[in-house]
Amino acid sequence: MRRTITIFNRELASYFTTPLAYVFIIIFLVLGGILTFFAGNFFERGQADLQPFFAYHPWLYLVLIPALSMRLWAEERQSGTIELFLTLPIRLGEAVIGKFLAAWCFAGIALLLTFPFWLTVNFLGAPDNGVILAGYIGSWLLAGAMLAIGAAVSAVTKNQIIAFVVTAAFTFVLTAAGTSLVLGIFRDWAPAWVVAGVAAASLYRHFNAMTRGVIELPDLIYFVSVIIAFLAANAILVDLTKAE
Amino acid sequence: MLEIVHLVKKFGPLVAVDDVSFTVPAGEVLGFLGPNGAGKSTTMKMIAGFLAPSAGTAVICGHDILAHPLAAKRQIGYLPEGAPAYPDMSVAEFLAFIAHIRGLRGARARRRIGEIAETIRVDDVLRQPIDTLSKGYRRRVGVAQALLCDPPVIILDEPTDGLDPNQKYEMRGVIRAISPGKAIVISTHLLEEVEAVCSRAIIIARGRILADGAPAELAARSLYHNAVRLDLSEAADADMAGQLAALAGVRSVERTSDSEGAGLWLFPRGPQPIIAEVAELVRARGWPVTGLRVERGRLDDVFRAITSPQPAASATLRDAA
Repeated sequence: MRRTITIFNRELASYFTTPLAYVFIIIFLVLGGILTFFAGNFFERGQADLQPFFAYHPWLYLVLIPALSMRLWAEERQSGTIELFLTLPIRLGEAVIGKFLAAWCFAGIALLLTFPFWLTVNFLGAPDNGVILAGYIGSWLLAGAMLAIGAAVSAVTKNQIIAFVVTAAFTFVLTAAGTSLVLGIFRDWAPAWVVAGVAAASLYRHFNAMTRGVIELPDLIYFVSVIIAFLAANAILVDLTKAE
Repeated sequence: MLEIVHLVKKFGPLVAVDDVSFTVPAGEVLGFLGPNGAGKSTTMKMIAGFLAPSAGTAVICGHDILAHPLAAKRQIGYLPEGAPAYPDMSVAEFLAFIAHIRGLRGARARRRIGEIAETIRVDDVLRQPIDTLSKGYRRRVGVAQALLCDPPVIILDEPTDGLDPNQKYEMRGVIRAISPGKAIVISTHLLEEVEAVCSRAIIIARGRILADGAPAELAARSLYHNAVRLDLSEAADADMAGQLAALAGVRSVERTSDSEGAGLWLFPRGPQPIIAEVAELVRARGWPVTGLRVERGRLDDVFRAITSPQPAASATLRDAA
C-alpha cells in the first residue's frame, strides 16, 4: 500500500513537471467549453442542466485520454527506466495500480476544474445538482475505463504515438458501439441478442445512463469490471513484454 | 551471499547465457568481464529479477529470485545497463523515490540521501533535473541509487562507463570502501578496473564462463608472466641475445622495437624469477642497458586469447600455467 502511494505520487508529480498537465487541462477546458456552448446549444436549450456538457465527454476523451495513458509504460520502456522500476522491491500489481490511479486522479483534477460550468448553470437557473453529480461520477468512471485500456496498450509498445493511436482507435470502437448508427447496422441482420450484446459492451451506453442522473448497479459494475480487466491485462502484458 | 545456479537464457534459437554458475561470498568484488554481447548484462538482469531465466535461478541471501522475488529484490542494489533514471525528476527527488520504495522515510531517508550524495559526489547537483546532467553525473546518480539503502548484494552494470579518469578513480575507491561485508558484482570492459577493484574476475564469452580466478591468477596465465624486459640504448646484437638465451632459466629471447624503444623480451623456462641472473650477466658484460623490469602478466592478453573465437589465438597462452 505504501509503495503504491509512493508510485502514485511520483507518477502524478511527473504529469506536472512536464507541460503535458497544463496543455491537457487547458485543451480539455477550452474544447469542453466550445462543445458545450456552441455545438451543444447550451443557451438556446433554455434548460438549467449540464446535459450538453457531458454529452460530448466520450468524444472529447477519445482524443485526450490516450494522451494521458500513452506515456504510462511506453515512456518507461523507451527510456529504459522500466528495468530500474521493476527491479525495485515492488509487486507488479502495485506498479500497475499506482500508475493507473495517478492518471485517473489527474483526469479527476481536470474534471474538477470544469466547476465554472457548474457555477454557470447554478447562476442562471436551478438545476438538479444530483443529476450533475451523477454526470460527474459517470464521466470520471468513463475516463477511468479508457485510461485502463490505454495503460494496457501502453504496456506493449515503446512508442507513445503508437500507444496513442491504438488506444484512440480501440476506445472509439467501444464508444461508437453504443450509438444508434452502429447499432442500426447490426439491427438489419443480426439477432436481437447480438445487438443487445454490442450495446451492453459500449462505454457510451453506460455513460449516457449516468448523465441522466441514474446511477444503477449494472453501469457501476460495467465500469469497474472494465477497469479491473484491463489492469489485469496490463500486468500480464508488462510481464510478458518488458524485456523486448 | 549471492549464488548463481545453472542460469540459462535463450532468446529464440540464440543461447545468450549458457549454464552459468558461480557464488559470490561477502567481502568479494567480482569483476564480470567479456566482449560485447557475451551475456554479461543478460546474466545481471536475471540476477536482479528483471528477466526470467529459461532455466536455473539466482539465490540472494537465501531468497530465490524466482520463488520470493520481493524478499530477494530487497537485498539487491542494482545499476542497470546505461544507468536509466527518470529524466523529469531532480536527483534529490529521484533518490527520495527510491528510498521510499525501499521503506526508508522521513529524517532517516534525508540523512542517508545526504550521505550517499556526498560519497558519490552528486551533492552539488541534487536540485538539478536528471535530464540536464552530464553522462558522468547520470552514471553516478545510478550508482548512488543502487547503494542508497545499503543492500548486502550490489550488482553494477558498467559503473564507471562515461566517467573521466579522475571520476573513475574515485568510483573505484567508493566500491572498494563499501566492499567489506558485501557481495559485489561489477561488469566492465576495462581490464585495469578489474585489477584495481576486483578480488576475483570471471571472463564470459558467448554465454559461457571461460575463466574464473583472482586477477593476478588470470594474469599469470599470460605468456608475459614473469618475463623480463631489457631496454637498450641501441639495437641488441646477436651475441647479446645468444648469451642471454644460454642462461639456465631463460626459455627464449625475443627482439622488440616498440613505443618504448629497442629492447629484448626474455621468457622464463619455469615459474622461478629470472631477473637476478639476467641482471648479473648484464652487469658482468657491461651492456648498454637503460631499463630492466619484470612483467607480471597482461590481463588484456589473456582476455583476448580466451575470448577471441579463433583457436589459434590461444597459442599466446602458456599451457597449464
